[in-house]
Amino acid sequence: MSFLTVEAVSKRFGGLLAVSDASFEVAEGSITGLIGPNGAGKTTLFAIVSGFERPTGGRVLWRGAEITGRPPHLLARDGIARTFQIVQPFAGLSVRENIAVGAFLRHKRRAEAIALAERVAERVGLARDLDKPAAALTVAGRKRVELAKALATEPKLLLLDEVLAGLNPSEVRDIVPVVRAIRDSGITVLMIEHVMQAVMNLCETVHVLAQGRIIAGGTPAEVVRNPAVVEAYLGHGAATRLQASDDRRADEPGGLNRPPQGDAHA
Amino acid sequence: MTGRDLLPIAAFAAVAATLPLFVTAGTWLNFAVFTLIICLAAQGWNILGGYGGQYSFGHAAFFGTAAYATAILQVRYGVNPYPAFAVGVAAAGVVGWVIGLLSFRSGLRGSYFALVTLAFAEVFRVLANASEWTGGAAGILIRLDVRPENFQFASRATFYWVALALVVAALVVTRALERSRLGAQLVAVRENENAARALGVDALGVKLAAIALSAMITGAAGALYAQYFLYLDANIAYGTWISVEALLAPIIGGAGTVFGPVFGGIVLHSLSEFTKTLVGRIPGLDLVIFGVLLILVVRFPPREIPGLLKLWRRR
Ligand SMILES: Nc1ncnc2c1ncn2[C@@H]1O[C@H](COP(=O)(O)OP(=O)(O)OP(=O)(O)O)[C@@H](O)[C@H]1O
Ligand SMILES: [Mg+2]
Repeated sequence: MSFLTVEAVSKRFGGLLAVSDASFEVAEGSITGLIGPNGAGKTTLFAIVSGFERPTGGRVLWRGAEITGRPPHLLARDGIARTFQIVQPFAGLSVRENIAVGAFLRHKRRAEAIALAERVAERVGLARDLDKPAAALTVAGRKRVELAKALATEPKLLLLDEVLAGLNPSEVRDIVPVVRAIRDSGITVLMIEHVMQAVMNLCETVHVLAQGRIIAGGTPAEVVRNPAVVEAYLGHGAATRLQASDDRRADEPGGLNRPPQGDAHA
Repeated sequence: MTGRDLLPIAAFAAVAATLPLFVTAGTWLNFAVFTLIICLAAQGWNILGGYGGQYSFGHAAFFGTAAYATAILQVRYGVNPYPAFAVGVAAAGVVGWVIGLLSFRSGLRGSYFALVTLAFAEVFRVLANASEWTGGAAGILIRLDVRPENFQFASRATFYWVALALVVAALVVTRALERSRLGAQLVAVRENENAARALGVDALGVKLAAIALSAMITGAAGALYAQYFLYLDANIAYGTWISVEALLAPIIGGAGTVFGPVFGGIVLHSLSEFTKTLVGRIPGLDLVIFGVLLILVVRFPPREIPGLLKLWRRR
């Protein structure tokens, strides 16, 4: 029985095919990456898996059962949690109350929910900000709140939509071990990410989406060598041009296998 | 909920309960009872509007339904007022739930929701005004029969304590809601509905629970009104006046706080009563005062007052 299977999923917005016949799997216990150029349809795929959008075609299977079109709150109960690319804090509430909303999912009593919220805050490095209003945090702080809220639902699968975007390199370095620790605690992670250094560091498997289609999949090292992926990011013909220049510098250290630099690490 | 959560409520109850010992004039007690009824209606609005962020303009629908149910059961079916009161409150809850289902399920929010609730209250008003069953335009009169077992009391003070007990009960319910999962989820829906849904909050279910509870509390105010004044007509029971008072008091006193509606209700009514004694009865004057207060509160939200004072002192 597979953990999460996305099977030939398509999503059409009017005339735009945002996701087209996309299929991939996420193995239990893995950190799996979903990468692709801007507008590739990654967030749309997350919205479908987490129940916010209904696909126009295809199915989503979760631990052997079809969950296509099941509403988000039921999927959260089933153990699928997501973060939002554009952070969605409960702006008027404190960080503690923000996280507690997630914690209440599996803990009816307030004291228990608050205690869990505080433990989660500790895990993601928010322990000192518990009493601050969520709206008062920096971008990095708000990203952590986003992560903490989802974690507090005690999910089996965590969907992270660009939790590293907008962070500076040192903030990225701080949060990478947090994500790894989440996986080590038994939560499967599927992450959308543009910061390639983090993808290379964290993910065992990466799926590449371009213009709504899955164009490649494999280990991070395999995927960044794939000419189709290079073309998707850099444009038609880029792979051959790069190949030519790489041949000239073939004996430079790190030449071919060096990962492309992420936007926050240029 | 801990003892510390209940302490301010207990203190308020103790202080307020002594009022009839100092104030014995009938008109003043009358004013106090009426103010408490408005506070109770406002406490109901505060659950849905203050905590849930769903601003209703039609809480008269709940006030009036419970008021009419209480009156009609007694007058037409000979039911004792206490069970009639309970049925009235339940009926308001059902009406709230149904209005909630119709509007929230079709995704109505903000001003659309406000308008739909207003429309429901107006439809009820027109129907109650036309129907024989409700006494039509002539209204309905509950027979005077002053006996405690008949929910009619010889002394106004007794009625004041009954009204106060209901207000205090609503304070406790509100505090319990604040401390509960439902309360946390309701506030989450107010702050960001999609984020709440992603965290497993059944937004529709939470809003329906809130509107039913809200309607029941405002309904209790309506039933109390009927029992105190022993007379109803459609413009009293379903009139916009009560919808406006129910939302104005919490907004002025602090929406989404336990004491906000009670504080706001007392301030509103004291002010309008005070000016009445000062300048005499000018029709519509209380509305002018409400309007000015509302503008002030919107311009200078109460939670900003400490900051404003600091600014003023520094000058
Ligand atoms: N609700 C919607 N209605 C119409 N079009 C939409 C909607 N949501 C997304 N789109 C479009 O679908 C395409 C895919 O968008 P999506 O947000 O999934 O891309 P993405 O891969 O997450 O991009 P990014 O890396 O910039 O976040 C875009 O062209 C976008 O404009
Ligand atoms: Mg996106």
